[in-house]
Amino acid sequence: MNDSLTFHFDVDGTDFTSAGQASASVKRNLRQLGLSPEIIRRVSIAMYEGEINMVIHAGGGVADVNVYEDKIEIVLADHGPGIKDVALAMQEGYSTASDKVRSLGFGAGMGLPNMKRYTDEMQIDTEVGKGTKITMYVNLDR
Amino acid sequence: MTVNELSSGCGFKAVALPDGEKEVSGGYAGDLLSWVMGRAKEGCAWITIMSNINIIAVASLADVACIILAEGVGVDESVKKTAEEKGVNILSTELPAYETAALISKEI
Repeated sequence: MNDSLTFHFDVDGTDFTSAGQASASVKRNLRQLGLSPEIIRRVSIAMYEGEINMVIHAGGGVADVNVYEDKIEIVLADHGPGIKDVALAMQEGYSTASDKVRSLGFGAGMGLPNMKRYTDEMQIDTEVGKGTKITMYVNLDR
Repeated sequence: MTVNELSSGCGFKAVALPDGEKEVSGGYAGDLLSWVMGRAKEGCAWITIMSNINIIAVASLADVACIILAEGVGVDESVKKTAEEKGVNILSTELPAYETAALISKEI
């Protein structure tokens, strides 16, 4: 796990419309590496959901993607309000997003469940008032 | 069937068609973006009435073949431009989502 290809992004928390730039960039880079479309799709969607969450709830954050020989690691970290009840937040349909966010088609309470759905492993480290760090892994079959 | 063929077969209007030869393998209808990302299959025609810029990111990341805007919903020029840049096909129709789905299901 020593030799990895890494990508780092600052996620702008002020511009909702530009959310997705980091995931789009990762998608392009993974394509160039010749990974399977399904792997790329899973990584891109999981990361986009994380990006959106950081914009909606945390005023932005940082995203790091590491491509290892056998897996892709996605680390999303923010200094937002933290998640009070992780088990509740993981339930499909549960959301604390504002009406404005909902009017844009987000806030369906599918973000975290989708991140779990599309990755092989997901870990949430969160502290109320301090922030949240989400680490996800997608295994590579190659 | 390609997006071009689906569009002409169903009489849809092309809003942005940067990759009209993309294959369409099915359909999906929904307006909640995360729901769409969680459920829509790669290569599907995505029917929605959501028209803000985020639909381009969702369509691109989820690898859908095209977005079909139902109910005569229009998009801003910036959305159209971004779709062209990102290679995302957008079609539109005056039909409601239900009728649009019924139509494309006959066509595909």
